Amino acid sequence: MMAGVALVSDQGVRLGEAREPGEEPLNIRGLTVSYGQVPAVYSIDFSVKSGSLMGIVGPNGAGKSTVLKAAMGILPLISGQVTFFGKPLKEARHRVAYVPQRASVDWDFPATVYDVVLMGLYPSLGLLRRVSKADKAKVAESLAKVGMQDFVDRQIGQLSGGQQQRVFLARSLVQQADVFLLDEPFAGVDAATETAIMGVLKGLQEDGKTIISVHHDLSTVSTYFDHLFLLNRKAVAYGPVAEVFTKENLSIAYGGKLAAAQLDTMGL
Amino acid sequence: MGSEFVALGLTPVLISAFAGMACALPGNFLVLRKQALIGDAISHVVLPGIVVAYLLTGQVSTWPMMLGAAGAAVISVVLIEMIRRLGRIEYGAAMGVIFTTMFAAGVLLLEQSDTSRVHLDVEHALFGNLETLIWLQSDGWGSLLDPLSLAQLPPQFFRMVIAFFVISAFTYIFWRPLVLISFDEAYARTIGTQATVVGFLLVVLAAMAAVAAFDAVGSIIVIAMILCPPATARLLTNDIKTQVFLSLILALGATLIGYVVAGYLPLWLGYSNTLSAAGMIATVSGLLLASSAIYGRHRKRVI
Repeated sequence: MMAGVALVSDQGVRLGEAREPGEEPLNIRGLTVSYGQVPAVYSIDFSVKSGSLMGIVGPNGAGKSTVLKAAMGILPLISGQVTFFGKPLKEARHRVAYVPQRASVDWDFPATVYDVVLMGLYPSLGLLRRVSKADKAKVAESLAKVGMQDFVDRQIGQLSGGQQQRVFLARSLVQQADVFLLDEPFAGVDAATETAIMGVLKGLQEDGKTIISVHHDLSTVSTYFDHLFLLNRKAVAYGPVAEVFTKENLSIAYGGKLAAAQLDTMGL
Repeated sequence: MGSEFVALGLTPVLISAFAGMACALPGNFLVLRKQALIGDAISHVVLPGIVVAYLLTGQVSTWPMMLGAAGAAVISVVLIEMIRRLGRIEYGAAMGVIFTTMFAAGVLLLEQSDTSRVHLDVEHALFGNLETLIWLQSDGWGSLLDPLSLAQLPPQFFRMVIAFFVISAFTYIFWRPLVLISFDEAYARTIGTQATVVGFLLVVLAAMAAVAAFDAVGSIIVIAMILCPPATARLLTNDIKTQVFLSLILALGATLIGYVVAGYLPLWLGYSNTLSAAGMIATVSGLLLASSAIYGRHRKRVI
């Protein structure tokens, strides 16, 4: 595959990257999802290398969140195959954590920060098992990682947008997963939160975890991510940022919507 | 007034109290999921089911009516879902279409059929027949300890008590998934919660409360109790467990106050007519909601 035009082939696997085919943290083949009659994303192929910090980038309405939701079984697939570590989601659920868009829930819900983070432990708690001291410690530890340890008993409706986002991230951390899928974690958050979240994600990567995050801000792509998936209803390209984040690919993904001035700020 | 109250007043009060609590319990989650209208829909759509059950069996008995009501509820859920998908309109609109149509069909069926032999009419559907649920076999408070007298309690009483405890048990067991799908249904799916099943369970619990309560207390109380006590409780606390407990207490309180105001207050004031207990209970629950909306601790919302 030529550098700079890392178009996705049917095989999708780049030469020179040693890995077991199909054992990637996330592998998507021929994914088509539609709302009503119109396909939202069409025949998407892509996979993520273990240990990468991957951004999913594309214009508004490109289907970035749709790909994540379909992969997590929130939206039904028209066609396609999604595997986590070579297995369907059902069998790999305990290794996968999802962070929804902050705006997707009503923060006016009668719950505290503790209540929300504890939800990440529901799979191990089951229906009736009592919350143990160890469980509480896990919640506290996750909150400390995102810098929210002082807010355990705070009503979630009283948090700022950035704090709410951190609570969502903490909830995914208690799941102790191996791959994390985040839907626009930086949408409407303050600069301090953005830095804190990015620090947590980098820390996860150092621990060998894989992170996939829908991202909006093209100017931070190169500093935040090492891998990139560029899409606009169809997959445009995926792979290392240096290969994928090019003028040619961006103009395919964004059409004429990107001004030359914007490209300049990205150093392209 | 001891023995007279036990014979005439105690059972209606207890039945409406259990009906109110049985409705309020699932109502908490329906309100949080912004599905409170479902309670309204259910209590309307069961009417044709009950009438059809009566027409088929020729008598007003518990199980055929429960089955008829449940059947009507299932049919309407399917129809609502169909209209929503085919018409691509929002849930509330599809529900509005179905429950008015089903209720109207029920009224037509009632008018066309000969139900004069039994107490089954439109008024009954709305207000129930609380005042007729009397315990004539009782002889003062001591009858509460007499198994023979207890067995003569109106069947609606046992039906309502059983419904309340079944609903309580399910709410207790499925507490975590119910809270989870009410807050963040998408996330619930990703951690393996059967969100569709739990959501359906919630509607079934509400339907069970509505159907059990319907013939005793009527749809007015059902609608009021699914919505008002949970909404009132929400304005008084920011903790969901406290909210659910408060909603039960509020349902109980509204029932007691409403019944006394309807049945005794006019007489004490020298009027000769009593008021509709069902209507007054619903009104009291509405007034409680209004006052908590004005004075409630947590009425201010963070934007």
